[in-house]
Amino acid sequence: MAEKVTIEEVAEAMYKMVKDTMGMKKWKAMDLQKAAIELFGEDRCDKNLCKEAIKELVNSGRLVYTYFGGSYLEIPHKEGAAND
Amino acid sequence: MAEQMKKYETPLLDELEKGPWPSFVKEIKTAADWNPMANDLLGLLERSYRDKIGHWKHGGIVGVMGYGGGVIGRYTDLPDEFPNVSHFHTMRVNQPAGWFYTSEALRTLADIWDRHGSGLTNFHGSTGDIIFLGTRTEELEATFSELTQAGFDLGGSGSDIRTPSCCCGMARCEWACYDTMKLTYFLTQHYQDEIHRPALPYKFKIKCSGCPNDCVASIARADFSVIGTWRDEIQIDQEMVREYAKNGVDIVKEVVALCPGRCIDWDGETLKIDDSSCRHCMHCINVLPKALAPGKDRGAVILLGSKAPIVEGAILSSVIVPFVKLDDEDSFNDIVELIDAILEPWVEEGKNRERVGEFIQRVGLGNYLEAIGLDPQPEMIRHPRTNPYVFYENYLEEE
Ligand code: HEM
Ligand code: HEM
Ligand code: SF4
Ligand code: SF4
Repeated sequence: MAEKVTIEEVAEAMYKMVKDTMGMKKWKAMDLQKAAIELFGEDRCDKNLCKEAIKELVNSGRLVYTYFGGSYLEIPHKEGAAND
Repeated sequence: MAEQMKKYETPLLDELEKGPWPSFVKEIKTAADWNPMANDLLGLLERSYRDKIGHWKHGGIVGVMGYGGGVIGRYTDLPDEFPNVSHFHTMRVNQPAGWFYTSEALRTLADIWDRHGSGLTNFHGSTGDIIFLGTRTEELEATFSELTQAGFDLGGSGSDIRTPSCCCGMARCEWACYDTMKLTYFLTQHYQDEIHRPALPYKFKIKCSGCPNDCVASIARADFSVIGTWRDEIQIDQEMVREYAKNGVDIVKEVVALCPGRCIDWDGETLKIDDSSCRHCMHCINVLPKALAPGKDRGAVILLGSKAPIVEGAILSSVIVPFVKLDDEDSFNDIVELIDAILEPWVEEGKNRERVGEFIQRVGLGNYLEAIGLDPQPEMIRHPRTNPYVFYENYLEEE
């Protein structure tokens, strides 16, 4: 049985995916979960770890939820529609 | 905020104050007397009526720290002319089950919103939440913090489990076949994570009605509808039926002839119901409330998949569980298990912005039921005596 990755490792990997594809791809929570499980392998990473990692990223403010028809996770930025 | 505010002429909006109905224009004007946001809203709205166009833009990124739901971003596209509605975000506040408040709680909510927003509210939105209409981005955290100190929390928005809602059920209504408020409170607490952290393909709404009158319209508006019902006989007080007849109710015309099950008989003395053909529509009970009542063996029917027409057309819910008892914590936990099973295939395979009802139409009800581990049953239909297009496997095997 492979050793589980930590919440921090999953969070770091997710943050990198979002950052590296910023402006090109919008990630939903489920997309990040699928990508992380694929990256670390099913025996080392699972749904609950992913859920906790996302919570961690959002609670620390590194990622924010956004809404464009559906809900996504993004790096905080000023959006086009925003007025001063 | 006491500076001289611009006074807008609103001839078009004034038209909406005429007539016998309550008017939101009157309410906005009252708030506009002291609140600059409400005042500019009045000006902007008049302008929209003149231009015949809405002067709003959607914002997608505003919210409170840690949550992905509960705030809906809006900005005007005329910020220079109407600076006080430059931001006009809406907050959804989770309502108490059944919408019961003390006047003190209402005052607390109103005061918080007077301090931080336009002062305009909507009690309640069609989602069931308390709606706070219009504030600036920098006011969101302060409002949230005052709300939580007063014991309130934000509700759902976006691709999450939405704030569950229910009719007033047993608190006020003798027809409630289960405790709608208790179940709703239970589900709200259980799904806190899923309400605040959107992780679904699209929204998922839970609504609980105590009887088939369905006062929260769960059959049309909830992805997951719990509707109270009974499986024994309608209770009849013959003396009261005769009383109604004596007082001028035409039992044949108003009750017998309108029964969709065609299962009521009235000979002028005794009312007979063939309960095996009853559709549980509530009509006879609604017309003769003192004489008739739902049976004593009460529970609920669970339906799945309705939605209003937003991305695709409207869908009504279909029955997935014809009858469950809902009288203890165990039965509530069974509902949670069912919801989790329902969510799983949709979360895995659903497309972005595809409601669970649309997903079921795409993959087919038969395949879907198999995935969530329910057996097809004859009650899983849209209308009585129609074909659900489910293949009953053992039936095919026997051939
Ligand atoms: C002539 C003007 C307007 C008319 C006729 C109108 C009518 C309506 C109606 C019929 C509903 C549906 C109520 C329900 O089913 O629960 C509604 C909902 C709503 N209205 Fe208005 N409205 C008007 C102006 C406004 C304005 C100026 C605002 C904001 C400042 C506003 C904000 C809302 C919101 C937030 C909802 C809730 C939608 C929901 O319940 O999901 N409306 N309106
Ligand atoms: C043509 C313009 C608009 C259309 C067609 C529209 C349509 C709708 C619909 C269909 C809903 C109900 C969604 C649901 O409950 O499933 C809704 C809800 C809502 N809309 Fe709009 N809307 C419009 C403009 C606006 C504007 C200008 C605002 C605010 C400035 C606004 C704020 C809201 C809010 C806050 C809700 C949710 C209210 C609640 O939860 O009860 N909408 N809108
Ligand atoms: S849905 Fe039925 S039980 Fe609930 S308030 Fe309406 S009539 Fe009463
Ligand atoms: S509930 Fe509806 S279907 Fe049943 S007996 Fe009464 S009117 Fe007929």
